[in-house]
Amino acid sequence: MSTDEPLVRIRDLRFSRGERVIFDGVDIDIPRGAVTAIMGPSGTGKTTLLKLIGGQLRPDSGSIEVAGEAVHRLGTRDLYRLRMRMGMLFQSGALLTDISVFDNVAYPLREHTGLPESLIRKLVLLKLEAVGLRGARELMPNELSGGMARRVALARAMALDPMMIMYDEPFTGQDPISMGVLVELIRSLNDASGLSSVIVSHDVAETARIADLIYVISNGKVIEHGAPEAMLNSSSAWTSQFMNGLADGPVPFHYPAPELKVDLLGGA
Amino acid sequence: MLNQLAALGRIGIGTLQQLGRGHLLLLHILSGVPALFGRPRLLLNQIFAVGVLSLLIVAISGTFVGMVLGLQGYYILSQFGAEQTLGVMVAASLVRELGPVVTALLFAGRAGSALTAEIGLMKATEQLSGLEMMAVNPVKRILTPRFLAGFISMPLLAAIFSALGVIGGYFVGVGLLGVDDGAFWSQMQAKIDLHEDVFNGVIKSLVFGLVCTWIALFQGYSALPTSEGVSRATTRTVVHSSFAVLGLDFILTALMFGE
Ligand SMILES: Nc1ncnc2c1ncn2[C@@H]1O[C@H](COP(=O)(O)OP(=O)(O)OP(=O)(O)O)[C@@H](O)[C@H]1O
Ligand SMILES: [Mg+2]
Repeated sequence: MSTDEPLVRIRDLRFSRGERVIFDGVDIDIPRGAVTAIMGPSGTGKTTLLKLIGGQLRPDSGSIEVAGEAVHRLGTRDLYRLRMRMGMLFQSGALLTDISVFDNVAYPLREHTGLPESLIRKLVLLKLEAVGLRGARELMPNELSGGMARRVALARAMALDPMMIMYDEPFTGQDPISMGVLVELIRSLNDASGLSSVIVSHDVAETARIADLIYVISNGKVIEHGAPEAMLNSSSAWTSQFMNGLADGPVPFHYPAPELKVDLLGGA
Repeated sequence: MLNQLAALGRIGIGTLQQLGRGHLLLLHILSGVPALFGRPRLLLNQIFAVGVLSLLIVAISGTFVGMVLGLQGYYILSQFGAEQTLGVMVAASLVRELGPVVTALLFAGRAGSALTAEIGLMKATEQLSGLEMMAVNPVKRILTPRFLAGFISMPLLAAIFSALGVIGGYFVGVGLLGVDDGAFWSQMQAKIDLHEDVFNGVIKSLVFGLVCTWIALFQGYSALPTSEGVSRATTRTVVHSSFAVLGLDFILTALMFGE
């Protein structure tokens, strides 16, 4: 199982949205069996990166390989086959709003496995138990809080026992208790089932606690990568600014814009 | 001058692009039809949402349109002493024209706008992306059953519209204005042709059903994923569907009834 070959290998990735360059030559290796965190300021393209890995967006150039397959060159059928082995937790949860929590978690099982309903019920209850929401199975998605919705989405992402799960901001909107449980859960899921996890987050403390490897991206480039301790004590001004949450430093807080003075005086 | 030309060209290209994307989507939707036979539940649920829930408005409108036809028809026909043919007039105008056309317009307003809003919101809330990441094709899984449901429901709704319209016309003509009961029905039976009238009306409603559902799904699927984008798409569905129905009705009528 554990070869040295990384699960996801990204090379010289370039991607832009219209005029705006999001990735400008990014290399990332996501190892098997580990928790890898992608961190970076809001709007740098973390969600975009996950969508590129999942094959929902295609890069302008460069390559993205998942388990040895070039995602950006797969046909629909192969892409879908690959996606069955990747779980993704959307920032918003992305639950189907017209069916209950139970049916949401059962959905991928019913679509892809053809298991008998009695077995599906057991599996769903186990997954819901793992995220602490077995009691909420009859609720509809609009009756859940944002944090609960994200945990249901996690149960759904785990339903098919994928080889990797991508988490988009799993920690936002969680209270301290469910945050702690979630951190434990991501860790134990990863270790117990030989999963690989990718976490996108700007929650430095939680992420540093759980990750084996951290990539910091900003301005379309990988700024630095390494183990959490190394990153927290990094000598790079970029990394230490971000990891320690300092306002002043080389990482810009502002979306690119002309100088404020120019904008204010230049009113039409 | 040049700018205006360029703008015109841009509009032209944009329209062609939309049309192209619409047709590609239609092909994609149709490619999902075979798989649907294995899962009739999906289709039945949508026929309920699209068809059954439109039943009330279609039934009420049909009855009233038929009553008005009975009234107006009687006033005109009785001037020529031809009020015995009221049944023919009511049935022919309903089956040939008003049934398919008015039902399609109501359908676009009731079911089409709902479809667009539903699909657009599913896109805006990342539900469609979520399906894709679960290796479920959102076009085949979500759009195809809705498309087929619209296509199947429209002719049935139009038939109900026409049938209730005839009853409404009968109620006014025979019940209130004193047209002869036997003449009303027997004239209708003698003059309404199965092929010429009924069959052509069914073809019209099939075409309208296809076009209205297609427009609604395309608008929802290509809506900008924001509240404003969805609301605009919903408006476009109703406007485009209405134009398409009225324009196509003229063409189809010319083809069917012109010599
Ligand atoms: N559909 C889109 N069309 C055009 N630009 C987009 C689109 N989606 C995202 N962007 C742009 O891409 C950039 C990256 O977006 P992305 O959602 O990946 O950021 P992020 O790193 O996930 O941010 P956050 O931490 O706030 O979620 C943003 O600057 C945004 O303006
Ligand atoms: Mg994001």
